[in-house]
Amino acid sequence: MSGAVRHLYIHLPFCAHRCGYCDFVTVVGRPGLHEQYVDALLAELELERAMLAPQLETVFLGGGTPTFTAPDALRRLLGALPPAAELTVEANPETVTPELALLLHESGATRVSLGAQSFQPHLLQVLGRQAGPDDVRRAFYHLRDANFDNISLDLLHGIPGQSASDLERDIDEALALAPEHLSYYELEAKPGTRFTHAHGAELARQAEAMEGYFELVIERLAAAGYRWYETANFCLAPAHAGGRDLRAWHNLAYWLGRDYLGLGIGAVSTLGDRRRRNTPRLSRYLAALGTGELPEREIEALGADVRAQERLMLGLRLDEGLPFADAEAALDRAALGRLERLGLATRRAGPDGPETLVLTARGRRLGGAVTAELLA
Amino acid sequence: MDLKRIRNFSIIAHIDHGKSTLADRILELTKTVTGREMREQVLDSMELERERGITIKAQAVRVEWKGHELNLIDTPGHVDFTYEVSRALQACEGAVLVVDAAQGVQAQTVANAYLAIENNLELLPVANKIDLPQSNPDAASRELAELIGGDPEDVVRVSAKTGQGVEAVLDAIVERIPPPAGDPAAPPRALVFDSAYDQYRGVVAFVRVVDGTFRARDEVRAMAQGTRFETEEVGFFSPTMRPADSLGAGEVGYVITGLKDVAKLRVGDTLTAQARPAAEPLPGYKDVKPMVFAGLFPTDSDEYPQLRDALERLKLNDASLSYDPETSQALGFGFRCGFLGLLHMEIVRERLEREFDLDLLVTAPSVAYQVETLTGERLEVHNPAEMPAERERVEEPYVRASIVVPKDGVGQVMELCNERRGRFDHMEYPSPERVLLVYELPLGEIVFDFYDQLKSRTRGYASFDYDFAGFREGELVRLDVLVGGEPVDALSLVLHRDEAYGRGRALVDRLREEIPRQMFDVPVQAAIGSRVIARETIKAKRKDVLAKCYGGDITRKRKLLERQKAGKRRMKQVGAVEVPQEAFLAVLNLGDDKR
Repeated sequence: MSGAVRHLYIHLPFCAHRCGYCDFVTVVGRPGLHEQYVDALLAELELERAMLAPQLETVFLGGGTPTFTAPDALRRLLGALPPAAELTVEANPETVTPELALLLHESGATRVSLGAQSFQPHLLQVLGRQAGPDDVRRAFYHLRDANFDNISLDLLHGIPGQSASDLERDIDEALALAPEHLSYYELEAKPGTRFTHAHGAELARQAEAMEGYFELVIERLAAAGYRWYETANFCLAPAHAGGRDLRAWHNLAYWLGRDYLGLGIGAVSTLGDRRRRNTPRLSRYLAALGTGELPEREIEALGADVRAQERLMLGLRLDEGLPFADAEAALDRAALGRLERLGLATRRAGPDGPETLVLTARGRRLGGAVTAELLA
Repeated sequence: MDLKRIRNFSIIAHIDHGKSTLADRILELTKTVTGREMREQVLDSMELERERGITIKAQAVRVEWKGHELNLIDTPGHVDFTYEVSRALQACEGAVLVVDAAQGVQAQTVANAYLAIENNLELLPVANKIDLPQSNPDAASRELAELIGGDPEDVVRVSAKTGQGVEAVLDAIVERIPPPAGDPAAPPRALVFDSAYDQYRGVVAFVRVVDGTFRARDEVRAMAQGTRFETEEVGFFSPTMRPADSLGAGEVGYVITGLKDVAKLRVGDTLTAQARPAAEPLPGYKDVKPMVFAGLFPTDSDEYPQLRDALERLKLNDASLSYDPETSQALGFGFRCGFLGLLHMEIVRERLEREFDLDLLVTAPSVAYQVETLTGERLEVHNPAEMPAERERVEEPYVRASIVVPKDGVGQVMELCNERRGRFDHMEYPSPERVLLVYELPLGEIVFDFYDQLKSRTRGYASFDYDFAGFREGELVRLDVLVGGEPVDALSLVLHRDEAYGRGRALVDRLREEIPRQMFDVPVQAAIGSRVIARETIKAKRKDVLAKCYGGDITRKRKLLERQKAGKRRMKQVGAVEVPQEAFLAVLNLGDDKR
């Protein structure tokens, strides 16, 4: 018996330490629990296997720091996963040794997403990152040496204290490595966090200076042959990549509104009209699966209206937009008219396909406000 | 009751000088209320009145003292209600003029004393709060005697709080205030000096009978307005409603009219019998006109019907409140309301917010302008947005302001009055320490934070009262505010030409700070006609994205967008520009911090 879900997310929460700005479910310390956690993941996978298609399109190991997981446990997990066309593993530079790179490659990983964040020592320090710029470059070379031909770099802009020339240097350094893919996020300083407490004032002071950073990133990467295919994601355009489509297919599944199954603590699944989130508590998760039970889950019912809203919200993040027919249900027509007149959104008739709704480049830079406006 | 045994009087005082406390002691001493019934300030029935320490609606209470019927007519203590005060005073033969012996004569003491003298009342001066260690009854007595032209020896010294001297006040009322004159046999006439609305019984008129007698089931006519009704009941308050067989000449009481609309029976009108009408009404009726206007808009436009209902209900008890529907492009549906003055406006606004639980946006108060158009037509303009751009002439209302201030504050007050286009009239010295300044000032300058400025520049020591003094021509212009090229009607102002640049600049600067950046450049301008006198640009924002959005983030991001969307719904739309309520509030409150 098999199901139709073709995208699998696996959460590996362990980290050497917690970075100040991070808001993911992470576990620091507890090295003795890695094996037990992998057991639990595999048990959860068994319980849910029926809903997965026999051939998956994508698997994504996220964290935490998946590459901080004890190598034997990691190898065992990777070996037990169902086959998939794309298998991405997130990695932190300081954990990527030649051995680990080989382990990943031999275990079937097709893609690594390397958390560089910045190449400037003072900014890495602000972020509380353990790796230095040399670690980032070294990790990247180890991955190349292990024959990875699809590496993504995660970078941040809007870091407290980041000057425009810091940003330019980061972009230069990143481009020098010629990664297939780049995720370039604006740092989110969430209210009430320690990080914001420490750096909020600095960020507020710099807000105006940092206004143009996002634009700068987009311009520089486009000029270097990268396709700005999602709000914060770039990949080498096929013309520069031997015709390969280097978008992150797993993440694309989210943005296209596909179903996905998430395993591990805090992991989210969206399955038809339900979204559920596993307990973020390690002990409870381990206890449940240790006795063959499903972990506790929060369930969110997704009505047709919510699904339509999400389809619009996610689809507008893409350079391809979304079919107008899919957008219509959640769309404020009058708002669309206004945004078209402002040159922020446009309807594009596909010669060989349905009409699509896309945002213009400026519309995409204002994607949050534009989407809020478009939602009926 | 024999006219000789009736005394009708008011208590008049500057705010907080102890009028209500004295009234309470009188009710206790005459055993009109027992100790158990006694509560602080019995006459101020509304919660709001108690909190503000002022009385909004006049009422009359009958008490007995040594074989005499004493009618205590309570009056509102503030300038906005001068007309009501004067009607209440017209119903009396005398007034107890109370002064706080620690503070001495203040602006309202002067204004009220003059009003009482104009109404030919016998004034009984009282120095109150003699129990306070800082009181100076000798000085207060001298000032009072000086003010009303009498002997300091005649000033009764009391502590309304402890009751000391209050019996002497009652005795003096009987001895010094004359009994009412009037003809019990003449065709009946009664002055309506106040009215209230009861939801079951309709309009209740407070009356002073001058001639003849009124009974239940009489056919009655209001002589000025022509309204006819059958009296359902007559009686008096002591302190609650007591029905009576009749109200005779010289007496004070109430008439239940059965009318369903307070506007049908105006304060100042004369009641007479339909069957045996008087030839002449009592003098002094006038239709009071609102002088101060403001637009009231519900913060949540869905609350428009509630605002309309609330105004209707307030109007039942407050004939001086006027309102007309107003539509503002920026603020939506609301009402342009007319008030007697600033305090009246504040009271109405607070009652709307407190009693009716409404959240309101109130435009900057404006006054009534008399405009002659180029075609010679005469208009009265209540809304700055309706001021014609081209016109022959504009007249604005002026007031005669009395300001009492300690000697060392005179300079500051004169400076303020000069800044506000005041014309000095004269100066008096009610005491060696204090000066009474009389200025003529445009009312439009008073409604713009004058009172706050007066208080802050004199460390709270100045007191202030005013009286309408007629319309005068002025060099007035209409200042418009444009956001994204669209005029924001709710922010238009009429002001003196010389002030336009400064105010325009302040408005534009504040709006630039308050309006969030949009998805396009937004010019903010202040203009007189087509001439822009100040301009700023709110630059378009360059980014607004939710950076990361993966499988685990979708719900949170969706909720963020929903919140962003809900935030937009609370925005007011000016053309394509979204302006938060707070921006309007900030601009409308500009007076609070500008000067």
